[in-house]
Amino acid sequence: MTSHRLSSGGLVNRAVPLRFTFDGKPLKGFAGDTLSSALLANGQMLMGRSFKYHRPRGPVTAGAAEPNALVTVGEGARSEPNARATVAELYDGMTAASQNRWPSLAYDIGSVNSLLSPFLSAGFYYKTFMWPASFWEKVYEPLIRRAAGLGRAVMEPDPDRYEKAWAHCDLLVIGAGPTGLMAALNAARAGLRVILADEDFQLGGQLLSETAMVGGLLAADFAAAIIAELASLANVTLMPRTTVFGWYDDMVFGAVEKVQKHVALPDPDLPVERVWRIVAKRALLATGAEERPLVFGGNDRPGILTAGAARTYLNRYGVGVGRKVAVFTNGGSGYRTAADLTAAGVEVTAIIDPRKDAGPGQADLAREGLRILSGASVTATRGRLGLTGLVAERSGHEEVIDCDALLMSGGWSPIVHLLCQRGAKPVWSEAHQAFLPPDVGSGFVAAGAAAGLDRLSACLRDGAEKAVALARNLGFAAYDADIPEVEGEYDPAFAPLWYVQGSKGKAFVDFQNDVTVADLSLSQREAFGHIEHTKRYTTAGMATDQGKLGNINTVGLVAGMRGVSPAVVGTTTFRPFYTPVSFGALAGTARAEQSRPTRRSPLHGWAARHGAIFVEAGLWHRSAWFPRLGEKTWREAVDREVLTVRENAGLCDVSTLGKIEIFGTQAAEFLNRVYSNAFLNLPIGKARYGLMLREDGIVFDDGTVSRLSENHYVMTTTTAYAAEVMAHLDYCAQVLFADLDVRFASTTDQWAQMSLAGPKARIILQRLVEDDLSDAAFPFLAARAITLKGGLAARLFRISFSGELAYELAVPAGYGEAVADHLMEAGREDGICAYGVEALNVLRIEKGHVTHSELDGRTTADDVGLGRMMAMQKPDFIGKRLSTRFGLTAADRLQMVGLKPVEPDAEIKAGAHILKENAKPSTTNDQGFVSSACYSPTLGRYIALALLKSGRERLGEKVLVWDRLRESEVLAEVCSPVFVDPDNLKLQA
Amino acid sequence: MASLITCPHCGVRPKEEFTVRGDALPQRPASHAPDEAWHAYVYLRDNVKGVIFEHWHHVGGCRRFLVVERDNVSHAVLSVTDAALFRRPDVPGEDAQASAGKGLA
Amino acid sequence: MRYSALDIVRHAFSGNRHWKPVWREPQPKAHYDVIIVGGGGHGLSTAYYLAKEFGITNIAVLEKGYIGSGNVGRNTTIIRSNYLLEGNEPFYEFSMKLWEGLEQDFNYNAMVSQRGVINLFHSDGQRDAYARRGNAMMMHGVDAELLDRDAVKKSMPYLNFDHARFPIMGGLLQKRGGTARHDAVAWGYARGADQRGVDLIQHCEVSGIRRDETGRVLGVETSKGFIGCNKLALATAGHTSVTGQMAGLRLPIETHVLQAFVSEGLKPVIHNVITYGAGHFYISQSDKGGLVFGADIDYYSSYAQRGNLAMVESTIEEGVSLIPGLSRVKVLRAWGGVMDMSMDGSPIIDKTPIDNLYLNCGWCYGGFKATPASGFCFAHLIARDEPHYTARFLRLDRFERGLAIDEGGKGPQPNLH
Repeated sequence: MTSHRLSSGGLVNRAVPLRFTFDGKPLKGFAGDTLSSALLANGQMLMGRSFKYHRPRGPVTAGAAEPNALVTVGEGARSEPNARATVAELYDGMTAASQNRWPSLAYDIGSVNSLLSPFLSAGFYYKTFMWPASFWEKVYEPLIRRAAGLGRAVMEPDPDRYEKAWAHCDLLVIGAGPTGLMAALNAARAGLRVILADEDFQLGGQLLSETAMVGGLLAADFAAAIIAELASLANVTLMPRTTVFGWYDDMVFGAVEKVQKHVALPDPDLPVERVWRIVAKRALLATGAEERPLVFGGNDRPGILTAGAARTYLNRYGVGVGRKVAVFTNGGSGYRTAADLTAAGVEVTAIIDPRKDAGPGQADLAREGLRILSGASVTATRGRLGLTGLVAERSGHEEVIDCDALLMSGGWSPIVHLLCQRGAKPVWSEAHQAFLPPDVGSGFVAAGAAAGLDRLSACLRDGAEKAVALARNLGFAAYDADIPEVEGEYDPAFAPLWYVQGSKGKAFVDFQNDVTVADLSLSQREAFGHIEHTKRYTTAGMATDQGKLGNINTVGLVAGMRGVSPAVVGTTTFRPFYTPVSFGALAGTARAEQSRPTRRSPLHGWAARHGAIFVEAGLWHRSAWFPRLGEKTWREAVDREVLTVRENAGLCDVSTLGKIEIFGTQAAEFLNRVYSNAFLNLPIGKARYGLMLREDGIVFDDGTVSRLSENHYVMTTTTAYAAEVMAHLDYCAQVLFADLDVRFASTTDQWAQMSLAGPKARIILQRLVEDDLSDAAFPFLAARAITLKGGLAARLFRISFSGELAYELAVPAGYGEAVADHLMEAGREDGICAYGVEALNVLRIEKGHVTHSELDGRTTADDVGLGRMMAMQKPDFIGKRLSTRFGLTAADRLQMVGLKPVEPDAEIKAGAHILKENAKPSTTNDQGFVSSACYSPTLGRYIALALLKSGRERLGEKVLVWDRLRESEVLAEVCSPVFVDPDNLKLQA
Repeated sequence: MASLITCPHCGVRPKEEFTVRGDALPQRPASHAPDEAWHAYVYLRDNVKGVIFEHWHHVGGCRRFLVVERDNVSHAVLSVTDAALFRRPDVPGEDAQASAGKGLA
Repeated sequence: MRYSALDIVRHAFSGNRHWKPVWREPQPKAHYDVIIVGGGGHGLSTAYYLAKEFGITNIAVLEKGYIGSGNVGRNTTIIRSNYLLEGNEPFYEFSMKLWEGLEQDFNYNAMVSQRGVINLFHSDGQRDAYARRGNAMMMHGVDAELLDRDAVKKSMPYLNFDHARFPIMGGLLQKRGGTARHDAVAWGYARGADQRGVDLIQHCEVSGIRRDETGRVLGVETSKGFIGCNKLALATAGHTSVTGQMAGLRLPIETHVLQAFVSEGLKPVIHNVITYGAGHFYISQSDKGGLVFGADIDYYSSYAQRGNLAMVESTIEEGVSLIPGLSRVKVLRAWGGVMDMSMDGSPIIDKTPIDNLYLNCGWCYGGFKATPASGFCFAHLIARDEPHYTARFLRLDRFERGLAIDEGGKGPQPNLH
């Protein structure tokens, strides 16, 4: 491999060499290189393989639109597939590897596809692979999938950090080329808060590749001077390495900053990438223009790239893309690059220009003696892994020209992407022979080359003037801008050429996806004429570059084939992301255990000290059970906890229940409307079970309400629906019943709440409580403020989910653990135990109490045996009116019952369905399902709650509990859902 | 909108602080209103393409329900009003509907 | 013209110059037996089955854009029949059966790929709910498997098993579920309908519905003039309320935008369709290598085919939480489709109060998988004036009657489904 690095010139720092490897081979570049410039400097033009035909490819561009030079950067868990070598900033220790080739980049078996290409025309797969039907998944698809994709994802956890942030500004300037720099400078001088974002690691854009003098300075020095001034201003934020990828509603822009993608080992205290949401009062699109490739036979060989790209490699990176360079251009760009190459001592063999006459002044750029073939075109190219020559055709005469690089220029297309992401379509301009940005109002405007201007001086002026206008529009006093003089600029004017007639070999419009002119032509023949159809049928524009380079040629070609203007053809839809963005950056810190917040009860530490096993319950970690030494299974612990509660007492953390404090002179009326049962007559000092419906008559949630004083209530909700209930109450109070005097606030996090349940609950609790807890003084459903011994104010509710004599004690959150400890100590001699939600669930199933396993958003109050809680005599309540509809009152609705297996040791699981004995399984025969099931240590058998068609009429019937999914069928008897203490003797003891 | 909402109580806030409940125009009928009125209230929507009024709940802020008037094609926000202060635009029968919703108890 | 492997070879040797248009581009006639408004998947499949199964061929499909420009052209391509309720499961299984014979039936390779759909569960309660659904599927004779954590880990080792916020406990797998190439589904139905004489009329926007004094529909006003019909069928999901309004219908529909995403092409890493049970994230990998994924709707009413950044971020947060190895993969493109969110999350295939106006709508974000059965059942309804057996619950009046088909149990708030 020989060096293509010139001995001088460019902006790379030859004093700072950087080592890197490509496919394992050690190579050297310089600070300021991209991976592709460094590879080219080392003579490595071949960088990848195309998708479909595995054709050898080198870079076509020196920037973001690159379709070919995709590599995997990094190793192991830090591998990034499909990195564009043209924008990857080189760093010391970089490892890069080519993709989509086997066994090697130079010898790739997949390239046989190219030979088969007549059979692999656009959409060929839609017409075949259908016979026999079973072969698709077994034979054809595996073969197709083997060919899928380019890079390989390692699928290992990412060792690096990412983060997200907001930024705000008066003016966001997107692109720090000549236009953007002038815009930022003039806006900043007027006092605007300016953010200047550019995807490149070096600000300056095209100025870094420019040979013209600007304001008496070399273009790059001019850029540096402006950047220095901007950097000195407090109202300016410079954001290099930052790609604005999306424009969203309300002038919010999404951007991604590559904070540490240019180091081998990132600082662990910094993110590698950061996503910004930039809120801008105004924005200026200064993204420049993209140079079009030309479409001719063999236009994809490594060594064929755009003229502007070659100019950038030369002037910015000090790299000659070839030793013997030919130019194929229909405008000034090819001449400019040829002149720069010649000046740098690179041999330019010929300029081939399809125009009869080059534009005024364009040909003058070429030094005397340089060969110009006017009215000529390239029809074919030669070479295998790299370009060796081309065939030029003029007036029927062919000539073979040796070259190792061919620079093409088909004109320029403004980069309008971001302006078109919110529905506006770009507008075809006959004069520019390009799509120009749409007018989307004064908030976001394009300037410079992005607005269709072609000369450097015009871009500098446009950026400055539009910034001044935007500043004034925002009310800032802005002076008219000073526009620097430009010496030595060139005229990039061009005449469009969509396709070279007489091309031999494949002429590509989409390099990565290998879409050729023949494919486009086929799509038109087959009626896929709409540009969206053409795209979808041929896959043109669907590769990782999203058609940044090729789409314009696709449109031009289709227009030609259909005999209409490109204006009629139009473009496909521009959508985020401008360039691909990593999942990691968009996820930010929300990953792994931190993907969602974790809520811990105030009694979490207490539970942990008692050995709790915790379980996820929404965002909460709840104590599930408390295994003791010697207990081998969770069931042993749960059975013990249940029996302890039934025989002695147990303490359970119920702090996660939603708690809402309600105040107001019409709080009772409010509650009466949001619950289905009556609340106007709830006495002070009493709790009541409440059932809340949705407006469609279906049960929404259940809980309790306690009246603590005349106008003060406290509501509990289920853990799962706490947030929803709170939002529902807000809606009722603010929208539906805004005239009621009621206020409320969530106090879920303010109280530690524990349930003490079991026959010995009272005597244990009394040891801690000043107040008299005798049944007479504190009967079932009593609820009031009490005082603990030692003076702590608390609340006590005599309510029970377990069916036992039970209390819920609420204390301020910070006292929770101490009070729980005291209760455990006070109950030790009575055999108290801590119990978790598993035991709680068993206790409530035994008692036939419902949870959201039964209240699944489809059940009515009557379905679950709570029909008595529908206070239909009330004038109104949420859900009243629609609860009486036919479907909600039909006789064959599923009703809650209990199930007992006929064989006492047979197990039933929740999720099983129910059939009549001997009935065939079918949807119409389906009788219902098991909503909750458990082993009942109290009864010594499995029991279940089920929702069964007309269930309450079927007590005593034997049904088949059908669980084909888990290969179980169990005969069970339908019974009352209340398995223990049906007369509530324990509850009211 | 889809990115920012100007809450009358909290100022300009990102949309993630809000939840959207839906059409703000249907008005809860009186309990004794005909079946059709209840069906329409709970289930039918104008769902116009254009300017709509929608309930947004500022759950991550003041917890007020707001009526956001916006264009559901351009996503432009035209106004934001606290729901309790919201007056429906002129709709035939508005007064009758409004009075029907009062005096429930 | 039937496609065959031999065809490919024959055409290859003549430079692929002789392939014929896949459909005609006819001018509308003055009158049709049936006009179908909407040239998306459901409209096209309706036309196809009307012509093929019910012998009605004097049909026009009117499409305001290009064939397949609606949601059939922008979705996550998932097909499955893993539903819970009696109103849904037989219908979606009918659709699955049609998928299984679709390509041979319409002679077009829509790449129906039964690579398996797995719903992950993360708690005991969720496992029970999934078991209930799996058993409901099996009750109808549909395949379902309940996998435990180890079985999931064996086939999907890249999921987050070690540092998950919500641990993966297992999954409900439907092996017959999978994906199909969405555009090809539209094109296959379009081609099949066209071959049977159906006029596919693109760029023909309906602006009004003309009715006589009795209320009967006479035809539609369009950008290509008035076109008459005996029966008018609306298959305009996303814009159902707009077209319905032309006939004075007010419907149980709200229009919302759903985003979907594709990553850069990658060598195959994800075999199945995977859904995350602790969020709302689903992902599969296309035959071309892109990871196709999506999540929830944007929650606010929208007719704009574009979404917001906050939902992009939350989708991808869920993706990385579920599959940490995606972190260094790049997202290529995001798009948005507008859809009918119905009041119970289930669709409507029914007659309307206007006796020659038929309605197919309310697909929420599950319309793609329903494409074959939706078309078949809608065709059945149009041709015979009675619902297909599997679609008999998908009625417009089910809300009035209290017979909502609420798969998610969310109630009458469309953006919760």
